[in-house]
Amino acid sequence: MQLALVIDLNVCVGCHACVINCKEWNTSGTAGPMTDLNPYGKDPTGTFFNRVQTFEVGTFPDTEVVHFPKSCLHCEEPPCVPVCPTGASYKRVEDGIVLVNYDQCIGCKYCSWACPYGAREFDETQRVMKKCTLCVDRIYDTHLTEEERRPACVRACPTGARLFGDIHDPASEVSIAIRESGGYPLMPEWGTQPANHYLPRRKTRLRIRKDELDRADNPLKIDGQLPTPDRTAPSLDDIASW
Amino acid sequence: MHPAFSVIFLTTLIGVGQGIFLALFTVESYAAFGLLPVQEDSYYAIGCALSLLFLIAGLIASLFHLGRPERAWRSAAQWRTSWLSREVVALPAFMGALALYGLAHLIGFNPTLTTLPSGTPVTVTLILGTGATLLAFALFLCTGMIYACLRFIQAWHSPLTVINYVLFGGASGFTLAAAHASIAAPDLVIFLAGWALVITLLGLTGWLASRTRNTRIKPKSTLPTAIGIKHPHIAQASQGLMGGSFNTREFFHGNTQKMLQGLQGFSFVCAFVLPTVLLVIGLSSASSGWLLTAFICQYAGLLAERWLFFAQARHPQNLYYQAVA
Ligand code: SF4
Ligand code: SF4
Repeated sequence: MQLALVIDLNVCVGCHACVINCKEWNTSGTAGPMTDLNPYGKDPTGTFFNRVQTFEVGTFPDTEVVHFPKSCLHCEEPPCVPVCPTGASYKRVEDGIVLVNYDQCIGCKYCSWACPYGAREFDETQRVMKKCTLCVDRIYDTHLTEEERRPACVRACPTGARLFGDIHDPASEVSIAIRESGGYPLMPEWGTQPANHYLPRRKTRLRIRKDELDRADNPLKIDGQLPTPDRTAPSLDDIASW
Repeated sequence: MHPAFSVIFLTTLIGVGQGIFLALFTVESYAAFGLLPVQEDSYYAIGCALSLLFLIAGLIASLFHLGRPERAWRSAAQWRTSWLSREVVALPAFMGALALYGLAHLIGFNPTLTTLPSGTPVTVTLILGTGATLLAFALFLCTGMIYACLRFIQAWHSPLTVINYVLFGGASGFTLAAAHASIAAPDLVIFLAGWALVITLLGLTGWLASRTRNTRIKPKSTLPTAIGIKHPHIAQASQGLMGGSFNTREFFHGNTQKMLQGLQGFSFVCAFVLPTVLLVIGLSSASSGWLLTAFICQYAGLLAERWLFFAQARHPQNLYYQAVA
């Protein structure tokens, strides 16, 4: 099993709800605290497991804004794990989640150097390395309902841009999305095999042919009656009775 | 990368320590074969103490790098996979062997174990010294590989990283050993200063080679591969944070290109050019003043060099922080 997130860049609106819910859940959970330093001062800073960045692609006026959430990608070949001198960083065999044992970590930051994605953040208060846990303290919690046993970010996303599941199960929602919607990993050149994937922007165009305007597929036509009112009359699609 | 002074001092100080020991043992090996005059035991014992002093100072500096120094002992656990862990094993092992070697000289415990066919006696200190030499090189390898093994940081991912750690440590150690000899064993000055000169020049070659290599590096990762959008024009509109974060602090040096160039000139002159001149003067005059100045100057230059080693290494995560990069 390899649990992962699949993030649909075509859907993400950059609202940061996942960032906030991640912080809310994890700062008070077993992975916390995620300390904020100087939150109301001049240089606020803090620990986050998930951040949403925004990129503008193209040159004006032909630009497109892409919101890009990124957290630890739970690489299948995580370069951050073997470099850890203490064994605090490890990848779980049972579900592929990469975790840090805060009680063992000496805060040498070497793992953060070894992660090409900048997914690890050093917590200035606890003085250990922290990163996304895929809400490991949530997804197996049988006190929660089945629906709630998903990472906090996935639960929070109002647009449903974040999918969660086992990418080794070919029938899972995430595997189907990766397979059928062009899912891709970040920086494939390093062979880290990130488990998290991204779904690209898509151009969706609605094409309506003339016969469709005549309601060619209108089931009401079966009885031979043309829709009323006449198609030249103003109508409210989806709301009018025909 | 953000150059951390703890690591800069650690790597440069233990480099000197290893270099001094290698110089001592080179002298002892030459002497064993009758190529150099035999030295008093006290010469080696004091040299070892000097070397240990640098190693201990480096060890102390390294603790400042850790978020949780009280757990430092845990870092020996993963020597099977982690070069950092291997360094944590190799450093005390080398220090131990060095201490034994120094102790054997200090108490004059040096029985001959066997004799080579050529008639050269194999003594206890020669055996201990050989072990310590192997450990000194193992330590150089570990220190260099900590950086060289990170393939994403292309500036480091090269055998030159390890070679330069050996050469720079060796150069500064031999220079200090020459200064020490000018006080304790004047008949060794020419030999040691000569080697220091050779290693410094080799170091310069390595330094120039890695500079040239690094200016030609073509980054494997680009913004399109980092976010998976194939377009030549991508501008970052937001970094996902307001003030700063670990990502903007740990991976950027925050200095101007001009400052970097200035420092590069400084390290070129102080680590290589001036020591060469000073070593030549010291070699011909056998004056400890000149040799000591050569060491201090070289060490300052190497500090700057090590600072640049970090500052000039580009981490691919910086692609996600275009406003800082
Ligand atoms: S994204 Fe970074 S921290 Fe997460 S598993 Fe991959 S290399 Fe490790
Ligand atoms: S910071 Fe902690 S988790 Fe990371 S390499 Fe060091 S000891 Fe391991």
